[in-house]
Amino acid sequence: MPDDSSADHEATQPFGVAPRTTDGSEQPEVGNKVGDGDGADGDDMEQSRELPPPPLPPRPSLHVPSSRPPASGSFRLSKRTSRPQLLSQPTTALSVADVHTQGRGENATATSSSASRAVSRKHSASHSGRFLGNSDSGGEDSASVISYAPTLDARLDGESLLGDVPAEATTPAWRALSAQIERDNPFETVPPESDVATLQIQHEFDEIGSVDAHGSNEETLLEAWKTKLKHFFILSASGKPIYSRHGDDQLISNYIGIAQTIISFYQGADDPLRGFTAGGARFVMLSKGPLNLVAVSRLGESDAQLRTQLESLYMQILSTLTLPSMEKMFSNRPSTDLRRPLQGTDVLLDGLADGFTRGSPSTLLSALECLRLRKTHRRAINDTLLRVRSPNLLYGLIVAAGRLVSVVRPKKHSLHPGDLHLIFNMLFEAGSVRAGGGENWIPLCLPGFNNTGYLYMYVSFFSTSERDGSGPHERPAATGGKDDELAIVLISAQKEGFYELRKMRDDLVEQLENNGSMDVIKSAIRKGHASCSDIVPGTVLRHFLYKSRGNVQFTMPSFEPYFHGLGHRRKLMSLYQTLHESIHSRTAHLKVQHCVGRDATALAWETPLFELYCVAGPQATRASLAQGANRIVQWIRREEERVFIIGGAVF
Amino acid sequence: MAARMQQGGRPGGARFAQFKLVLLGESAVGKSSLVLRFVKDQFDDYRESTIGAAFLTQTIALDDQTTVKFEIWDTAGQERYKSLAPMYYRNANCAVVVYDITQASSLDKAKSWVKELQRQANENIIIALAGNKADLVAEQPDKRAVQTADAEAYARESNLLFFETSAKTAENVKELFTAIAKKLPIEQASQRGMRGPAGRPGGVDLGNRQEAGSAGGGPGGCNC
Ligand SMILES: Nc1nc2c(ncn2[C@@H]2O[C@H](COP(=O)(O)OP(=O)(O)OP(=O)(O)O)[C@@H](O)[C@H]2O)c(=O)[nH]1
Ligand SMILES: [Mg+2]
Repeated sequence: MPDDSSADHEATQPFGVAPRTTDGSEQPEVGNKVGDGDGADGDDMEQSRELPPPPLPPRPSLHVPSSRPPASGSFRLSKRTSRPQLLSQPTTALSVADVHTQGRGENATATSSSASRAVSRKHSASHSGRFLGNSDSGGEDSASVISYAPTLDARLDGESLLGDVPAEATTPAWRALSAQIERDNPFETVPPESDVATLQIQHEFDEIGSVDAHGSNEETLLEAWKTKLKHFFILSASGKPIYSRHGDDQLISNYIGIAQTIISFYQGADDPLRGFTAGGARFVMLSKGPLNLVAVSRLGESDAQLRTQLESLYMQILSTLTLPSMEKMFSNRPSTDLRRPLQGTDVLLDGLADGFTRGSPSTLLSALECLRLRKTHRRAINDTLLRVRSPNLLYGLIVAAGRLVSVVRPKKHSLHPGDLHLIFNMLFEAGSVRAGGGENWIPLCLPGFNNTGYLYMYVSFFSTSERDGSGPHERPAATGGKDDELAIVLISAQKEGFYELRKMRDDLVEQLENNGSMDVIKSAIRKGHASCSDIVPGTVLRHFLYKSRGNVQFTMPSFEPYFHGLGHRRKLMSLYQTLHESIHSRTAHLKVQHCVGRDATALAWETPLFELYCVAGPQATRASLAQGANRIVQWIRREEERVFIIGGAVF
Repeated sequence: MAARMQQGGRPGGARFAQFKLVLLGESAVGKSSLVLRFVKDQFDDYRESTIGAAFLTQTIALDDQTTVKFEIWDTAGQERYKSLAPMYYRNANCAVVVYDITQASSLDKAKSWVKELQRQANENIIIALAGNKADLVAEQPDKRAVQTADAEAYARESNLLFFETSAKTAENVKELFTAIAKKLPIEQASQRGMRGPAGRPGGVDLGNRQEAGSAGGGPGGCNC
């Protein structure tokens, strides 16, 4: 495994705050290590059945911080306006004086569009630092210290908070966004013709079709292909195409060839190319052992953000094949065509890719969203999960409309948000499992947990809509949106554990129904997201993202009424990307970032406990934005145990 | 749950038996579509490839005294899942091996499944061969790649039930499953205390979910 594999091994982020032990002495058996057969059937799911289960990957040793700031206490909002002096003491106060304002004009000029390779490298370094930092954090804020380095610098060098804009803090993203929305107010009623991205995203997911026998339609198809805002390619080190979001092999073969040539040119020079800008699009490369992944985006994400997306696609491939099995295939035959063993997983890769193109808060923040429930209700559900837990269960999840309701897990194994993202994608974006109309038993590798072996996942869906009060078996197939569906997901290392987990599901459902929890869950799903003005009456805020860093979870209000439809959603996400990058890029010195545009004003605010991104209308003042942000933080403080799963059901 | 409902509702003298059925065949021949037609009477023109395996149940009445419940494993046809198949067929009482009548190669694959079943599965397993997508050749006869007579001859010599089906139009779908049910040893299975037809545990259970739970995951000795 090449150098950059460490992230995959160690990126197990905690879910919940329970400390983990890392000795690995009581590892659960992971069934079916792959890859010890001969090359011929190296893509089979299990071959080395006689071998002992593979060891879990090494886990980072935990430096449990001596004291985690008590959640409630540290959310105290001070009235101070001076900046914090103590590194270990996060301030959660936000005052106007702390806010750095970024106007559109500065952005346009300050940004170098073709971020030099030096900058790219910085981005990626900051990205990986953050990745590892989080993974080591064990749920404790202070352990993520690597990711705060820039922030801490900024505090020491605090005057720059208010003064000059570091050029690198403004990103091509903001520029691109500004360019796209030149004279529109995208969050109000916009004539869509004037907005390229809004217009194009409507067709972003249309099929391109394939080249006909004579190649006569090739030109037309290529035109359509070129209008896509975003492309993802995966190719093998030897240049074989493995995946492309748009266009079939024939259509894109030239482009794959070019990409391969460029990549190998730089690899040959021992100076791998990480990204470049051409034709208004940002190209970002990620090399992962035998695979090269390429993202091409006109949506203005930063390199680090695009690389996170590529990492996720890579994790999906590992989830299908496991790392040793994939490596084995390539070491046996470097020209292996990975399409065959990956057959049928295009829908999963597409699901991820399209999520990134639409803009996924979950991916942007590397965090998960939970269903908001009363603390006592959540506890009742957790207790039920623990009561019915069957002996071979590793993880159990209740997921509603893409949001987590509850988790049951062993004390020493946390859940990696990246793994959960893969599961959610499989359940809610790809149709196969949901539309199957039955229960499912799915072998999969959760690379964040252990990228060398398979686990087995029991999945059962329920419709939660009123009209369908019948049991799980009666769920109408392929009907109903994903928004009213509830999935019970039970994961075990036991290949033959289906009936055991099925029994657990039956017991769980019966008890949840008897103790009223099922109704509670269903009504919470039906209620959906609260709007911003429900949360903070009278606020100027139109939307926000709040990430609790310790819990690796985020919460947000509904997109309605301001961000209706794909185009507006996308634009909002672009803004969030920009804000995110402005406080995360290595060169960012900012703890609070304030952006003003013709279409929106926005604010990003980072502390060791949380990240908060707020968006208001174009006329909102800095003070009202700051006030809104403070009130969100107050609301979270009150609701913390409702909007987040703190700990979950741990055994 | 369905099983419990079934149990209570039977008058004395009625026969109720439960059997495990597995579907095998190349990817995209229509296994999931056949099951969905049988279980929900639905069909999707576009259906994503199965990931892993899906488990569904369906109960049919053979006559007003006899009810058969199928516990159906719809397996994934993709190559990489091949080695998991024994887990699903090892305990099965019956199997439907599906090919696509417009794809000759899919019959070859079906034949290799039949061979594997006859070698490795329960020795009394009832196997049905289903040539699916019959609707396609009804419209365009030149699309047919496997002649009915050829497949029928193969089925006869291999002792298989045989149907040409269409999940899309429902043609022969109910018939297929009913024919299988009629060949199953209902008499044996519905006598309390009997073991499965092959004398193995787990092949048949009498609606007792606990029993299904302990036996169904495959016999303990499975080392696949
Ligand atoms: N015209 C026609 N199309 C069918 C029929 N049965 C299935 N299909 C189509 O064939 C495609 C594949 O069907 P599936 O049921 O997913 O095939 P499968 O055998 O389950 O495939 P795997 O899950 O990959 O093993 C789908 O697009 C179906 O709509 C049929 O009887 N007639
Ligand atoms: Mg299928």
